[in-house]
Order: sequence, then structure tokens, then C-alpha cells
Amino acid sequence: MTRKILALSLLISAFLLGFTGNTQAAGGEEDKTSFIMHHVKDSHEWHFATFGHTHVTLPLPVIVYSGDRGLEFFKSSDFQNHETHAFGEEFAHEGYYIDEHDHLGRVDHGSFIEFSITKNVVMLFIVLIFVGWLALSAAAFYKKNGAVAPKGAAAIIEPIVIFVRDDIAKESIGPQYKRFVPYLITLFLFVWFGNLLGLIPGAANMTGNIAVTLVLAVLTFIITNVNGNKDYWKHVFMTPGVPPLMLLIIVPVEIIGLFTKPFALMVRLFVAITAGHIVILGFIALAFIFESYTIGVASTLMVTFINLIELLVATIQAYVFTLFSAMYIGSAVAEHAHADH
Amino acid sequence: MDLITPGTGLIFWQLFGFLGLLFILIKFAWKPMLAALDEREGSINNALKAAETARNEMANLKAENEKLLADARLERDTILKKAQDASVKMVDDAKAEAVKAGALMIENAKAVIETEKKAALADVKTQVASLSLAVTEKLLRANLSDDKSQKDLVEGFIKELKLN
Repeated sequence: MTRKILALSLLISAFLLGFTGNTQAAGGEEDKTSFIMHHVKDSHEWHFATFGHTHVTLPLPVIVYSGDRGLEFFKSSDFQNHETHAFGEEFAHEGYYIDEHDHLGRVDHGSFIEFSITKNVVMLFIVLIFVGWLALSAAAFYKKNGAVAPKGAAAIIEPIVIFVRDDIAKESIGPQYKRFVPYLITLFLFVWFGNLLGLIPGAANMTGNIAVTLVLAVLTFIITNVNGNKDYWKHVFMTPGVPPLMLLIIVPVEIIGLFTKPFALMVRLFVAITAGHIVILGFIALAFIFESYTIGVASTLMVTFINLIELLVATIQAYVFTLFSAMYIGSAVAEHAHADH
Repeated sequence: MDLITPGTGLIFWQLFGFLGLLFILIKFAWKPMLAALDEREGSINNALKAAETARNEMANLKAENEKLLADARLERDTILKKAQDASVKMVDDAKAEAVKAGALMIENAKAVIETEKKAALADVKTQVASLSLAVTEKLLRANLSDDKSQKDLVEGFIKELKLN
């Protein structure tokens, strides 16, 4: 069975590679790896595929707020060449332009804030709706059937909920874990499904975007410090067992430590997911660089392998993000924080 | 867009999107779900405890049954042994009785035989006496002149006696 599937996927991938190789080669001797960074970064439009000169894209809303002009709505396609779908300063529209690096700019250099529904925002909405739908249909099951053995969505969500509750929250936070379980479950599901859906070809690298991981890390930071008890703050500002003079060094280190924790959370998820995408796309790019079917087949096999690893990474990173969040919260609410020092 | 510069738009949407999801799910998903899970775990624990109790009761019952059975077996064995002893004793008694009865009967028979023998002897004595008397009477009556005639006479009597 596995052998058959492998053979079949090899055939299909060879066939597909033949296709994409031709179409890409038709583009000429451009930079053949630029699509990697283009995919990994956020964008004002969702570009799915290019067949010769036909671009399959989804134009997305560009929302800008500026003090002098108020809230304005545009389409990303307003800012590009309709033939090549290229952005550029020369395609300015109503005083704004999107440059070739996909940055929104203002022609008169005035200040503005951007709230555009970019590719990652759309991906974010997809993940939010997916996770929300899954969780709500699981909850609907319990509402309908009461405390019985789970089925359907409940059977998918319940092991995760129990895992997060028992193996992450209870283990890392201690007796007060119940308050934080809902946040940790939501976090786990969001990161996990964000990672997994991001692996679908054509999907956006949402959880590998630093803005997304930043917000999640900041939320954990806020929850940790809002719930910090006396012991926690004492540990930061009057570290016990340290001579007073040493406090001059220790206290700044402890204060920096408060911020390095969420910073590490932010960077870890961003790097792990982005790197995975880059590796996969790098192997795909090999086929275009060498313009060889043999390399194409080999790199497709590698891509399949890396994809399997990425499935693992998606889960591990979701687990690690949730676990570390729980541990930081746990260190803030622990009753006798110094017993184990 | 840049790789390591967070975009304001994405921060905004991520913050409110995630918080929105969080609050909706806390209210409508996680609270009912965690409550249901707690409830179910409670009921499972209760069921397990009940099963444990039932199992203990079963074990007790079984032990009791076994004890009853063992008692019954012991009693049966005792009864059987008693019955066996009784039957053996009965047979022995019967044998002894029979032996005793046989001995008595033999004794009686012996006594009877003795009596009969005595009676027969007495009878024979009487006969002999009467015969002797008769012989004497005949001898006396006959003419006993010589020894020959006496002899003939005795022989004649003896023959007569034999014929009788």
C-alpha cells in the first residue's frame, strides 16, 4: 500500500514538476529563488500560481488610516500593473503606492497606519474560523449529549483539551491551573492549526510571521505578569539569598529576563515555521535552478520528507509555545517559588 | 513586506482576531466542555468505585460460598464415615449374633442328642432285660436235660432273635 502510494506520488510529482518547470523556465533567466522570500513574507495580494503570463491571484483590501485623510479602503490590484501584476511606485493610486518589496508608501511622505487585510490576515481569519468552528461544534456535542463518550469534532478536540489541561497546564502551573486552561487550549489550537494549514501548498506562512508570534508572546507576557504574585515580584526585585550589592546586577538581569521570555517565544515559533517553509521551497527551487527532471524527482522526494518533518515541527512548536507559556504563568503564580531553588 | 519587522495591520488583526476567538471559545466552548469533561470524569470515577465495590462484594460472596461448600463437604465426609462405621458395626454385630446363635443351636442339638442317646440306651437296656427274662423263662420251661439240648435251645433262641 505504502509502496503504491509512494510510486503514485512520485509519478504525479514528476508530472507536476514537468509543468511548473516549463512555466517557470518560460519566465526567463530571472532570479529563480525570489519566490521563496516572497512566499515567506506577508503580501498585499494572494498569489496562487502563474501559468505563462496568466497570474492567478486574489486581490486583497488595502486599509489605511491617516490623521489628515481618515480611514480609506483600496484594492491591492489598484496598485499594480494589470498585465504583470507587479507592484511599483509608478503605479500609485490616490496618493498611495505599493513598492516592489510589497511595502505600502505614501507619495507625499505623510504618516499613516495600515490595517490592510493582507495575505496573512486572510490566513489568520481562515485559521480563526477553522479553530472556532471545530471548538464550537465540539462544544455543541457536549451540550447536546452531556457527559458521554466523544464523537465527531468532540473526538478530535477532546484529547487535545485533556492533553493541554493535564500534561501542560496541571503539570506546569500547579494547583491554580484551571484559570489558564482556556487560554492555553486556544493558544495550542491556534498555533497548531496555523502551522498545519500553513503547510498546505498555496497557503500563507501565518504562524511564521513575526507579527503573529509577537501578539501571542505579548498575550502570554501580559497574562504572566498580571497574575504574578508576591513571590514572583519579590524574586524579581529582591531576589532572595543574594547580597544587597549583588542586587544591583541581579535586579536588572531579572527585569531583562521578564522580557526575554516572551521574546524567546516570539522568535522560536517565527523561526521554526519560517525556516521550515524556506527549506521546503529551497528544495523546490533546486528543480528550477538545475532545470533537470532528475533533480526535480529527487528534490520532490526531499520535499515530501521535509513536509513530514514539518508536520512534526508544527505539532512540536505548538506544544512548546503552549508549554513555555504555561511554565511562565506557572512561575508567576507558584505559591512557594523558592522551595525548588 | 519585511521578514522581521512586524506589520501594524497584521498585529492589529491578530490581536483582535485572537482575542475575539479566545473570548468566544471561553464562553461557548471551553467552559461547557471542561465542565462536561469534569462531570464525565466524576461519573467514570464513581462507576469505577462502584465496580470495585461490586467486585469486592462478589469476592466476599464467593469466599462465603466456598466456605459453605467446604463445610458441606466436611459434613458429608463425617456423615459418610459415621454411616460406614455404623454399617461395619452392624455387620460385625450380626456376625457375632449369628455365631452365638449357631453355638446355642449346636449346644441344644448336642443336649437333645444326649437325651435321645440316653433314652435309646435305656430302651435297649429294658429290651435286653426283657429278652434275658424271656430267654430265662424259655430255658426254664424247656427240658434241660443235657448240654446239647441246652445248646440247641440257646441257638434256637438266638436264631429266633436274629429273625426278629
